[in-house]
Amino acid sequence: MIKLTNVSREFPRHGYALRGVSLHIRKGEFAFLTGHSGSGKSTTLRLIHMADRPTSGEVRVTGYSSDKLPDRAAWKVRRRVGFVFQDIRLLPGRTALENVAFALEVTGAPKAQIAHKAQRLLSQVGLAPKAGSMAHELSGGEQQRVAIARALANDPFVLLADEPTGNLDERATRGIMELFWEINARGMSVLMATHDLDLVRRYPQARLFELDQGRLVYDSEAA
Amino acid sequence: MTGYAFREAVAAFRRAPLLTSLSSTMVGLALFVVGLFALASYNLRLALTAIEERVEVVAYLRDDATTRDIDRARAELTGLPEVLSVRFVSKQDALERARRDLPEFSELFADVEVNPLPQSLEIELQPEARNKRAVGHVADVARSYGAVEDVRYGQEWVDKLFALRRIGAVAAGVMGAAFALVAALIIGTALRIAIFARREEIYVMRLVGATNGFIRRPFLIEGAMAGLLGGVVAWALTYATYRGLYAFIFAVAWIPQSWVLAGVIAGGVFGALSSAFAVRRYIREV
Repeated sequence: MIKLTNVSREFPRHGYALRGVSLHIRKGEFAFLTGHSGSGKSTTLRLIHMADRPTSGEVRVTGYSSDKLPDRAAWKVRRRVGFVFQDIRLLPGRTALENVAFALEVTGAPKAQIAHKAQRLLSQVGLAPKAGSMAHELSGGEQQRVAIARALANDPFVLLADEPTGNLDERATRGIMELFWEINARGMSVLMATHDLDLVRRYPQARLFELDQGRLVYDSEAA
Repeated sequence: MTGYAFREAVAAFRRAPLLTSLSSTMVGLALFVVGLFALASYNLRLALTAIEERVEVVAYLRDDATTRDIDRARAELTGLPEVLSVRFVSKQDALERARRDLPEFSELFADVEVNPLPQSLEIELQPEARNKRAVGHVADVARSYGAVEDVRYGQEWVDKLFALRRIGAVAAGVMGAAFALVAALIIGTALRIAIFARREEIYVMRLVGATNGFIRRPFLIEGAMAGLLGGVVAWALTYATYRGLYAFIFAVAWIPQSWVLAGVIAGGVFGALSSAFAVRRYIREV
């Protein structure tokens, strides 16, 4: 499913963000990726999303290899990998429904199915009643739910989440985490990067990876 | 997918009318400068062509030249590829023309017992032969006939005219290229601003897996539309300037329709290319 083999990523002016990281995430797994700021969590997620390429080593995502997939074809991976962020990044001036529909439109979904599927995705994340609300009218937690619905638009096999609860209050955080577990229960893998160890400890059933200064220092499955 | 690209391009105009109007206006003003330059250079060219049409070679004939010699020279000169026509002007014709064209000397010409004016052959050149080399060649041929006493074509004047035309052509080329470059830079900047405002859309498109071609297409169409609209604005401004000049200052000619069409299309092409460059940058950044 997702396999990193001895992956390093060096940035010319900032040195190594990752050094020799190897990890394997199986279908249907729920995993946390923890570590301090600058430990390499976001870089790992970007590499899996093929938004970046390793300096050495190989990233394999659902059969696509970072060694062989040209940049112009990286969209093939991105349609199979959903991604949500701490800063959410909904399109302003559009409704919740339009934000989800946008992801379907730009990836060539049949026009007749777009509105129906966008509505269904919003229902899945519990936001059907707010479909017509403008993005800026929604709370932080609601906005993150719209972003999750958008990430699920192309039926990905894995959902990557980069500090998705970082800007949310406790109640909204709990709601988003419940949503992630629901999504995982339907068979989708979830890989969530967070520096919040208190949050991680609440879910001992999840697999845990820890990064420190770009090195993988802990894998709960290997421990 | 192309339908989506068109819808999105039109929607972008609707969503941010101020920004898109501003980019079209900037494109329009940039092309207006090019339009003014085209108007000036076209009229200058017409003026030079009008002057060039007056370039002709006059072969003055000896008084004792026989009709046979004159006819032979006339026939052979007419056969030269550079020559459009050869007109014989008799001594009497020359005198009548002088009386008509130079009324201030009418008294002088009134009582002449012996006509002092020579008979001549006026050689009109083909339009493409109105250049220094061809004029010189025809003059040399004319000079070679025994019946011809002297050949005049205002050598100094013709040299200056052709030098002026060369300078005009080089200046028009250099200035035209400079104006076009400045217009291209302004158009590029205007559309970059418009695309900067939509970088989040590009980001999200990349995020969810849109292909690069799909991301680019609406922006290309939007850029082309802004450019075409700018081209129309430039045409309207240039035409208004032309009407103003024509009505209040002096009679100028309007530029050919093919130039207008080329200008508007150039606006569209510049618009599309500028957008393509700007989008490429954002696609790389995500």
